Amino acid sequence: MDLNDLLEIAEKENASAKPIRLRCCTAAGCLSQQGDAVKNALQQAVADADMSDRVEVIGVGCMGLCSAGPLVKVDPDGALFEQVQPQQCASIIASLNGGGPAEASVGSDTIPFFSKQHPIVLENSGRINPERIESYIAAGGYQALYHSLREMAPTDVVEEISKSGLRGRGGAGFPTGLKWATVAKMTAERKYIVCNADEGDPGAFMDRSVLESDPHRVLEGMAIAAYAVGATQGFVYVRGEYPLAIARLKTAIQQARRMGLLGTQIFESPFDFRVDLRIGAGAFVCGEETALLRSIEGQRGTPRPRPPFPAQSGLWGYPTLINNVETFANIAPIVTKGSEWFAGIGTEKSKGTKVFALAGKITNTGLIEVPMGTPLRTIVEEMGGGVPNGKVKAVQTGGPSGGCIPAAHLDTPVDYESLAKLGSIMGSGGMIVMDQSDNMVGVAKFFMEFCMDESCGKCVPCRAGTAQIHKILTKVTDGLATSADLDTLRSLCEMVKSASLCGLGQSAPNPVLSTLRYYPDEYQACIDGGATAEASA
Amino acid sequence: MAVKTLTIDGKAISAREEQTILQAARENGISIPTLCQLNGTSDIGACRLCLVEVAGIPKLLPACVTRVGEGMEVSTDSERIREYRKMIVELLFAERNHVCAACVENGHCELQDLAISVGMDHSRYDYMNPKCAVDITHKRYGIDHNRCVLCGRCVRVCDEIEGAHTWDFQGRGANTRTISDMFVPWGQAASCTSCGKCVQACPTGAIFRRGSTVAEMQKDRTRLDFIVTAREKKQWIA
Repeated sequence: MDLNDLLEIAEKENASAKPIRLRCCTAAGCLSQQGDAVKNALQQAVADADMSDRVEVIGVGCMGLCSAGPLVKVDPDGALFEQVQPQQCASIIASLNGGGPAEASVGSDTIPFFSKQHPIVLENSGRINPERIESYIAAGGYQALYHSLREMAPTDVVEEISKSGLRGRGGAGFPTGLKWATVAKMTAERKYIVCNADEGDPGAFMDRSVLESDPHRVLEGMAIAAYAVGATQGFVYVRGEYPLAIARLKTAIQQARRMGLLGTQIFESPFDFRVDLRIGAGAFVCGEETALLRSIEGQRGTPRPRPPFPAQSGLWGYPTLINNVETFANIAPIVTKGSEWFAGIGTEKSKGTKVFALAGKITNTGLIEVPMGTPLRTIVEEMGGGVPNGKVKAVQTGGPSGGCIPAAHLDTPVDYESLAKLGSIMGSGGMIVMDQSDNMVGVAKFFMEFCMDESCGKCVPCRAGTAQIHKILTKVTDGLATSADLDTLRSLCEMVKSASLCGLGQSAPNPVLSTLRYYPDEYQACIDGGATAEASA
Repeated sequence: MAVKTLTIDGKAISAREEQTILQAARENGISIPTLCQLNGTSDIGACRLCLVEVAGIPKLLPACVTRVGEGMEVSTDSERIREYRKMIVELLFAERNHVCAACVENGHCELQDLAISVGMDHSRYDYMNPKCAVDITHKRYGIDHNRCVLCGRCVRVCDEIEGAHTWDFQGRGANTRTISDMFVPWGQAASCTSCGKCVQACPTGAIFRRGSTVAEMQKDRTRLDFIVTAREKKQWIA
């Protein structure tokens, strides 16, 4: 395999495309609404209408607007059919043939939900067939890997990523280039690359969507990283709750290996890189990097104190580079288009774009990708279409580790620093919108219950502290708490935050602290009136 | 071998660079409370009782796994740390069913000592009253999960010193339980050599010799350190 072979595959793939292409979403969101039946019905309808010579039906990844699924997009004229039912497929095909308007609701891809987006990570999502490597190659795939291997020294690649200003998309926002440089500088007989795909925040599905829609992009990013830091083995740690993502990754790894894009002597260079899958068994804490590494090693998934950081001592004691799915998905475009291009997007300290999963009380549920620094209001009200029949009360970012941002702060630009200032975090990209009917004490209790259940049990503040916090919150919602309980709650939250061993415990009190900060009246009301409240987040 | 100089609670001390803050403090007569730490086994930083403040670092650091550094200014006894320690001990007492008056370890118990040293006379938190089992299927020893603080000493001592790895954890969060082999009664655990190291290691009355009655049991934790020193350095000193 060399560049010519790659271009040849791309050319062949593009030449074989038929004039009209019907792109059917086959990611988990649409599949859960019979997306596969729609795809089959469309294929049947094309065959029945004898149009196979100029119309083809392609299964693609997520198009983002999950609430309107199953989605079918017509290429090249851009019509977007929403909530397509299998029985409507014949009329959709007939409409292509001038047989009158289709009996299906037609949306527009020019609404703010789409027009305000800036797809980099998701640029292939909903366009290419995630189950065919040729489709990815036709979209320019694996050229960045070729460019890195054949035209750049490993240090150049690290330098390029550093200059781009890319920060880790898993939540903490650690500079990616710095992490790569640390692993690259370690001298060790072997090094590892790990992709963290153990996305576990309630309401977050960015990584799932990327893996289901464009798995090769992640593999290419990992391979470039491996070349840059000198690793030869990679692992993708995917949570077991993502069977489709696992299946597509398996297919992708197999295809890439067969084409010589993974394995030994990639692109006929001396570079070897092998990727294996590891499936999580349902523990949220395994998204924490040291717990994840232990889980890959086959041990109980519990975090350990850092330092040493995985970059110094990771899998089996060897230097290990661990990045999130979205971080790896950003690598190929940076290598192709250059660090300056990437650094030109976003804000001064947060470069590039961020994928968010919009969920909760919002009209347009789904995935969006916006430049860093986009105001929350633009995301929630313009793109998300606001709350159906109501007003936004708060936006919860960062899942159980984040906080609630009240509507008064909707004009905040979304970047790492601004969200931290408000007592929340960027997190991995979950964004849950709440309306006036949501009780904030109930929201805090919901997330605390989650953290209590997911605590690994190793350190005392997290194991026993989250259970006590949950107990006090239950007292509050049951109307049995006193003002003294609120003081105990506050001090306990501060202690758990400062004294816990890993990020799970250190951030678990955030939903409580942020609701105590912005909605003290709701806590007080529960105490005064003995009001009951239940989470509806 | 490089030596670092640092101050702990204002006292200037020197320590070898591979030493932890905890080791350096102990060598110099400065006491930092610990629970999961046990000489002779690896340090895991789980109980969070040894958290200390280091000037210039916003986070609290566990003294048992943090190496000394040149010019480090360590504070082990600030008001904040004292309060956190007390809270952690109170959480431990509220978490399981600790009844000192009916415990074999009464009077010799590390958890009890901790409560006294941090000045705890009651727990401000509600008791969780979990249902915990007592396993006396082993012919010589027993484990009472009501008294277990999940410090993991038995797990490490069994794995690292005896090499049997009979003990481990199952479940997570508050439901974590210490189990023998693949969750079989201790008496049926085929890997157990009945060496009794876990009995010596346990800081509370959770793992005990059968037949001991209230306050009767005293453990000798220095035996473990002795074995490890003997093996590693060929020195037979306690």
